[in-house]
This record gives sequence, structure tokens and C-alpha cells, in this order.
Amino acid sequence: MIRDITIGQYYSGDSVIHRLDPRVKIWGTLAYMVSLFTFRDFAGYAVAILFFALVLALSKIPLSYAARGLKPIFVLMVFTAFLNLFWTDGTVFLRVGALAMTWEGLCKMSYISLRLILLVLGSSLMTLTTTPNQLTDGLERIFGPLKVFRVPIHEMAMMMSIALRFIPILIEETNRIMKAQTARGADFESGNLLQRLRNMLPLLIPLFVSAIRRATDLALAMDARCYHGGAGRTKMYPLHYGKCDFAAYGCLVAYIVILRAVVLICPW
Amino acid sequence: MSIRLSNVSFCYVNGGERTQVLRNLSLEIGKNELIGLVGQTGSGKSTLLQLMNGLERPSEGRVLLDGRDVAGKDFSRKELCSKVGLVFQYPEHQLFGATVVEDVQFGPGNLGWEPLQVELSAFQALKDVGIGEELLDVSPLALSGGQKRRVALAGVLAMKPEYLILDEPMAGLDPAGRREIFQLLLKLHRDRNMSIVFVSHSMEDVAEYAKRVIVMHQGKVVLDGAARQIFRFEKELEHIGLRIPQAARFMHRLRDAGFPLEEECITPEEAVQCILKQ
Repeated sequence: MIRDITIGQYYSGDSVIHRLDPRVKIWGTLAYMVSLFTFRDFAGYAVAILFFALVLALSKIPLSYAARGLKPIFVLMVFTAFLNLFWTDGTVFLRVGALAMTWEGLCKMSYISLRLILLVLGSSLMTLTTTPNQLTDGLERIFGPLKVFRVPIHEMAMMMSIALRFIPILIEETNRIMKAQTARGADFESGNLLQRLRNMLPLLIPLFVSAIRRATDLALAMDARCYHGGAGRTKMYPLHYGKCDFAAYGCLVAYIVILRAVVLICPW
Repeated sequence: MSIRLSNVSFCYVNGGERTQVLRNLSLEIGKNELIGLVGQTGSGKSTLLQLMNGLERPSEGRVLLDGRDVAGKDFSRKELCSKVGLVFQYPEHQLFGATVVEDVQFGPGNLGWEPLQVELSAFQALKDVGIGEELLDVSPLALSGGQKRRVALAGVLAMKPEYLILDEPMAGLDPAGRREIFQLLLKLHRDRNMSIVFVSHSMEDVAEYAKRVIVMHQGKVVLDGAARQIFRFEKELEHIGLRIPQAARFMHRLRDAGFPLEEECITPEEAVQCILKQ
């Protein structure tokens, strides 16, 4: 049944990239994604691809694994490529019936596809090397200053990590309930959509009941240990920038400088 | 007429790692048996139970119910459910109906019986487990722990199984609740000739109620026989992390101290009788 669901898509490893402070990775990913929109020529893409390849190599994640993230956007990619290829004005070099391919369209298609691919690969490299909890921690620190404006950053981060923590528990629970109902002759696999939805009730009701019960228990347990929100709360493992993190920021700046330089110098 | 497991192995793969749960296990459960299944956590008891009604398929070996393969195409899921009833540890995992009656009707309803027959068997099952009429239209979630367990049991009994398999039916119940459930199981066993297998961590309960005891350790059956014989193996059982019932232990100590106690006593009542006789 539901057995091998991985949460997020963390690829456990012990590389330099894995050990970086999550804040570096969040800012880095953001900067990289923005940088992808600052040029429209192949030289820029060469630099961007090179940088991605470098980080990927450092993270020791196989390309085939990282590329899995492309699967869900494949249809979107083909669709945009198709539109760009045939609906761009310019010099026509091939006609298929009423459709005309232009050189400009071909170039635009390659740009946009490459950009999409790099966007997805770049961001998935972050989620592949950072556990959801680290990400939450990083986000909490990054958005920390907003606390001044009474935005409940700590509470939001806490909710996120609790939610993440509960996913495997609820999956386990779902499995058990499915078994218990299957033993009573429940059928989750046949029938039309409406019937299937109806058949899910014996699964969903106990699952919700149990989730709510667990939430109440957890709230009580937190209360019993005097949890009172983020004010004055310290961390067991506070985030600290180390040498590697500063070096990583350095690399990021170097990448942007090189990218700008290459885009300015190279005419294509 | 039996459930027969021959050379059954079971393992599951999780993230590339193979975990062997059962190893080359053979077992036969006949008609009209009352079996206590014991073993440490992780010894494969629950998996064994789930194999018996086809919820899990063996990786190797075969599970035969009355000579027909449980995992193969011989059985439809529904036919299996109506032959081998499996009651899980937590009633919360199966109770979902708006009322107790509705919930109990779910099982027999799935078997495709006539509505009247479904209702009849539900009421009968609820009567068997001792749920009074005043509780029939109550939400199952509003019941007490012991009542929930009985309703869950009724939900399976209503399907009129020939074999009843229970995964720790007593966990989390107070002594009175445990006794009630056991009395109920004994009655079903006696009056309906139902074959019952129950998992328990309480050796006292097993000694008191089970006729046959199966001891599991690391995915294998290490001891299988009449309760009285099994509890002679005090050392061996302790070695795999199990203790014999207190009464039996007490009698063993007395015998070690030189008292001439010949009989093997496993329940407190027997021990008292035996000592008084001397």
C-alpha cells in the first residue's frame, strides 16, 4: 500500500553543500533564480549551467536523481516550447501546413526551456540537500526581523515543523486503518469516482479523528512543558555561519560578477 | 479444515533495505482451537496474523485455508473476510459509523448480503459482545475504551467468520474489561466452535485461557504446544525475553526448594489446589 513516500525530496548525504547553513542555500537559490532572468544570450546560460554543474558535483547527488524534479513540469515545458517555436515572428525556415517555424522562435524556445529547466533544477538542489526542518529553521531566521511588525514568525515555523513531523505518523496510521477496514471487506480500489470517494469515508473518518486526538494530546504535552510561543525561546542547535558558509557567499558573488561580465563582453 | 502455513517467509523492502520478518515458518491451525500467540515485540506476530487472512502475501511459501491458497486467485477478498475475521489492536482504527449499529453493519454489508441479513447479523453480534440496546444508536466515538473494543469485535463477528484472530485484544483494558473480553471469547469458542487465535503479552491471560500456546522469536515458531507443557521451559522462555506466569514460577521455586509438587500448575487456582492437596 502506501509504503515508500519520501517527504520533500531530501537526498541524505554528507557533502559540503549538505552541511551549508540553510540560510546560505535559501539566499543562494533565490539569487540564482533571479540571475536566470537577467540575460537573454547563450553565453549567460553557459555560465549558469556551469555554476549549477559545479554545485551539483559538490553535492554528490547523481544528475539522474536531481532531474526527477523535471518530470512534473515536462508537459508545461513541451507546451511553452511548442508555442514559442511556432508563434514567434521572424525569418521562416520551415513550414508544416499552416504552422511556420522561425529562427527567432527556435532561439526563444531554447532560452525559455533552458531557463525553466535551470529554475527547477536549481531549486530542487536546495530541497535535495536540506531537510525540511533545516529549511524551516533557516526561514525562521531569515524572516525573524518581521517579528518587529508582530508577524508570528516563530509560531508559523513551529506549525510547519510539527506538520512535517506528523506526515510519516499519519501515513503509518493510514496504512493501519486501511488494513483494519480491508479486513472488514472494504474495497478502496474499484468502482467509479463517486463510489471511490464514498469508499474512502471508512478510511478518512478514523484518520481525522486520530489526527485531531493527536493534535490535542500534543497541545497538552506542549502546555505541560510550559511552551508559550517564541518570546525568549532559545534553540538547541542555533544556526551559525561558519567558514564554509562565508566561502559559499563568496562563490555566489563571484558567480554573479562572472555572469555579468560574460554577458557584457560576449555578443551572443 | 484448517489454516496451514507451509515454509512461509516474509520480508519487506524499505528504502532499499530488506527486513526479514518471518523465516521459513510452518504452522497449522485447526478447527475449534483456542490459541495464545506470544513473543516479544518485533517477533513477527502481527505479520503472521495478517498473512492468515491475506492482508499480506508471503514472500515465499504458501498460506492455505482449507487447502486453498489465500494469496492466489482461489479466494476473493470478501470470501476471505467472511472466513477469517481479523480484529486489530486499536478499535479507533476501524470505528467510523455515525452509530454503533451502522458501524457494525459495515462488514457484513461489504459481503453483499441481503439488507435484512446484514441487520440481523449486526444485532446478533452486538448482543453477543454484550452491547446493550441503549448504546445501539450512540456514536461509537462516545463509548468507553472497553465498549469500543467490543463494538470493533462485533464489527468482525457480524461477518460470521470461522476463524477469529485478535491482535492484542486486551491492551489498554482494565482487569474487569480483560476478563469480560476473555469470557466472551471463551463463549464464542465453546458455543460456536470458533477457532480463536489471540496475541497477548500477559502470560497470566495466556495460561488462564489458551489451550495451545505458540511462542515466536525472531520470525520463527520456537515453541508450540499445550500451555501446560510450554511453561515448563522457564529458562528457554526467559532467554528470549518472556516470563512464565507468576503461578508457574512460584510453583517452580517451591519445587526447587524441595517441596514434592509433581503437577505443573499454571494458574493461581491450580496452584492453590495443588498446595492444599499436599
